[in-house]
Amino acid sequence: MCFKSIYTIKPLLLILGVLLLGTAQAEYGINFPEPAGKVARDIYDIHMLTMQIATFLLIIVFSIVLYSVYFHRKSRGYQADQNFHNTWFGHWSWVIVPALVLGVDFTIAHGANTVLKTVWDVPKEKDIMDLKVTGHQWWWEFDYLDHGIKIESRALTEDKAGDLYLRDVDNRLVLPTGTKIRFLHTSADVNHAFWVPELAFKKDAIAGYVTETWIEMDREGVFRGQCAELCGTWHSRMPIVVEAVSPEKFAEWVGKEKAVEEAAAAEASSEKSWSKEELMAKGEALFNTKCAACHQINGTGLPPAFPPLKGSPIATGAIVDHLKIVLNGKEGTAMQSWSSLNDLEIAAIITYERNAWGNDTGDVIQPADVKNAR
Amino acid sequence: MTTTTMSHDEAHHHGAPTGWRRWLYSTNHKDIGTLYLLFALTMLFLGGASAMLIRAELFQPGIQLIDPDLYNNLVTNHALLMIFGAVMPAAAGLANWMIPLMIGAPDMALPRMNNLSFWILPAAATMLILSFVVPFFPGGGTQINTGWTIYPPLSVQVGMSMDFLIFAIHLLGISSILASINIIVTLLNMRAPGMTLMKMPMFCWTWLVTAFLLILVVPVLAGGVTMLLFDRHFGTSFFDAAGGGDPVLFQHLFWFFGHPEVYILLLPSIGVLSHVIPTFARKPLFGYRSMVGAMLAVATIGMVVWAHHQYTIGMSLGAVTYFMVGTILISIPVGLMVFNFIATMWRGAMTFETPMLFAIGIILMFTFGGLSGVMLAVVPADMQYHDSMFVVAHFHYVLMPGAVFGLFAGVFYWLPKWTGNMYNERLGKIFFWINVIGFNITFFPQHFLGLAGMPRRIIDYNVMFTEFNVMSSIGAMIFGLSHLLFLYIVIQTIRGGRSLKKSENKSWEGAKGLEWEVGSPPAFHTWETAPQIK
Ligand code: HEC
Ligand code: HEM
Ligand SMILES: [Cu+2]
Ligand SMILES: [Cu+2]
Repeated sequence: MCFKSIYTIKPLLLILGVLLLGTAQAEYGINFPEPAGKVARDIYDIHMLTMQIATFLLIIVFSIVLYSVYFHRKSRGYQADQNFHNTWFGHWSWVIVPALVLGVDFTIAHGANTVLKTVWDVPKEKDIMDLKVTGHQWWWEFDYLDHGIKIESRALTEDKAGDLYLRDVDNRLVLPTGTKIRFLHTSADVNHAFWVPELAFKKDAIAGYVTETWIEMDREGVFRGQCAELCGTWHSRMPIVVEAVSPEKFAEWVGKEKAVEEAAAAEASSEKSWSKEELMAKGEALFNTKCAACHQINGTGLPPAFPPLKGSPIATGAIVDHLKIVLNGKEGTAMQSWSSLNDLEIAAIITYERNAWGNDTGDVIQPADVKNAR
Repeated sequence: MTTTTMSHDEAHHHGAPTGWRRWLYSTNHKDIGTLYLLFALTMLFLGGASAMLIRAELFQPGIQLIDPDLYNNLVTNHALLMIFGAVMPAAAGLANWMIPLMIGAPDMALPRMNNLSFWILPAAATMLILSFVVPFFPGGGTQINTGWTIYPPLSVQVGMSMDFLIFAIHLLGISSILASINIIVTLLNMRAPGMTLMKMPMFCWTWLVTAFLLILVVPVLAGGVTMLLFDRHFGTSFFDAAGGGDPVLFQHLFWFFGHPEVYILLLPSIGVLSHVIPTFARKPLFGYRSMVGAMLAVATIGMVVWAHHQYTIGMSLGAVTYFMVGTILISIPVGLMVFNFIATMWRGAMTFETPMLFAIGIILMFTFGGLSGVMLAVVPADMQYHDSMFVVAHFHYVLMPGAVFGLFAGVFYWLPKWTGNMYNERLGKIFFWINVIGFNITFFPQHFLGLAGMPRRIIDYNVMFTEFNVMSSIGAMIFGLSHLLFLYIVIQTIRGGRSLKKSENKSWEGAKGLEWEVGSPPAFHTWETAPQIK
């Protein structure tokens, strides 16, 4: 029996050991990464404080239980003390224990409360930079409200991302350091949640709601996170990559992005009539990034969740219906409205869908047709 | 009137009816208790199988075995099977078996309702399983890829399987409410003369509180899922912002049920521990009164802290502060309960039979889970933990020891009473060790995964999360398969055989209470004359 007791203790000690190791080896990828701003550091500190308190309490409880298990056993001839609950301690423990726990609770709540206020109170300054973050099934849209640019960010496929698969995107969220940034989160469809551990917060994106968070980053770097709220089939494929750069580099980047967007807008609004080949080429690229997550590159979809477009009645039927579903989406399904795409883009995608994968309708849709259909 | 007395008399004279009638028409608390327990065991294996499939998929990065929608369907099904199929019915089974024996009553107060509340369950389970399999048939629509929280708008996108699930939840709810009414009426009216409420065995107290909790919160869930059904099919927009509704309202309704639900799962096991620990420490339960008080406090505070599951939805500072403080305060009564258990062990003369091993395991691991719960309660830090693997680790550390291990302890503790045979102690201990070690290998690494940035409910992950996932999956296989040993031990005990000792009336040296005064196994009808309690 006595030997058995050693075996009782061993695995428990092991757990304890791993736990202590856990606190000590914080920097080896088993704890939060190095925070990237003051608020994030405060959050990190309160996390460490509560974890240390918890570890301390755990050690106390483990020690008392294991002491008792070792010494107060019948096999050692120990006689049960039938009057233990009648000692002064037995009479007053129902006051003493809660008072002690209350003390611990107070320490934690007090520390948490101070941090909570800084996290929750978004600075009211006028020059705060506003960034609107919209979750979509399954990509992120970042609107730089003060700069008039918009980024669409999607996961890279495995062959492009390599070891960073599921943590890398086509367009990064570039943000300046040393600037207070206000994030406004919302969703175009189901709930999502924006989570980048270095920024130390997570906020839900809910359709019809705008939720706020803020940060001022104090170091440059590339910070990776991903969607944290279950949003359907490809929830695992919604990474977020924040690239924190100096304000000068950021200004430079904004200039470049603006030029690219203006060129695209100019191209779309030109009165030019596009050839089928041009539309097909543009359409294929656009379809593969924006629509293939659901309808698949080869147009076969993933029925029953996502219908095939190859040979589909809509993609091979009347053009109006095709335009309608792409512009308006379909209520209550994962098919959202794509009306935020410009006329040229929609024209290209629809032309592509109507002629690819053996759909061969021969139809060519021009931006002007889309304009009329809106 | 006369016919009722007739058939009642008949049952008396003839003892147990035989064949399928004995079970289908049963109004006997022991038989219904057995049915509940067997049902729960079946569901435990189904739920466990889905869990092992999930962990098998997560063994390596990449998508190997199943597609993402099936993955999330399994996640949903696993949670519902475990919570509504395994833990709640198992606790109800223990209640049915033990409450009348413990309070000296001949049966439950409402035996026919008892029959109904059990026989709704197989129907509910069929609905639940249909919700899982319907999408595999042509025209069956999409799979339930929402998790057990079934938040809209995602749950509005799902096909008809969601409707099966909603009806399954309705049936499960009706069953729980009927069982709760029965338990409350029994406990309040059928205690042996002289057994005041404050002399009632602790297991009865925990079930009294659990039953009230169920009656208070299950209708709210039923209302919530009914509104969801209407949003799906009848053009209402309770939860659709575009129609003036509010998607977050559903979350409030769900968690108003969902948080008290964790205490519904936990309390009956606390009740079991309150008998197991004194028995094997050979010393009365420390702080009976403070235990009752703590339990009432847990139930009361537990009713008003639901939104700690929603810290990230963008509540006001005042609201999150309130929910944070409320949640942290629950540690006071919970801490007191754990303290009382330890104080019961302290200076006892302990022996370590299987139920006691589980009890000690629960004290240690539940404390661990409770402490990570306090970490989660801290709002700014929960901005990081929320919806990560850290949360998965936390709630398995509270649910598995807090609920499931408690039920195992109860089964080992009372199995000799039920069957008249002592189970094989050696095998029981081996089961305990494999089970507990498997459990810790499975869930301990998930804390690290969460902190390192892995969200929950994802089928595929980046290579940086590989090591701990491999560990966790291996643990899960050990843990999952260990339950076959449990099954073997139980069957072996039921069938008896020469290798097993016969159990005496009092199966354990230190056991106290009315249930140990009836035979092992007890007669079909017990306590027909109520005992007198001094
Ligand atoms: C998030 C997943 C998703 C994405 C991304 C998506 N769709 Fe869809 N799409 C759907 C679903 C679901 C339906 C089926 C709607 C229904 O139930 O009628 C659908 C239907 C369609 C249909 C009608 C097919 C038919 O025969 O019923 C067309 C055309 C279509 N989508 C075009 C597009 C285009 C163009 C894009 C990219 C710009 C796109 N979709 C992106 C999910 C998606
Ligand atoms: C000391 C007591 C406890 C505290 C302070 C506590 C606190 C919390 C908090 C704050 C969360 C939300 C985490 C998040 O989603 O970000 C949570 C989640 C959870 N807890 Fe607890 N908890 C306690 C005990 C329990 C018990 C006893 C159980 C079950 C028996 C339980 C089961 C769960 C479950 C299932 C979840 C996950 C919910 C989900 O997101 O799907 N908890 N807990
Ligand atoms: Cu998501
Ligand atoms: Cu809760």
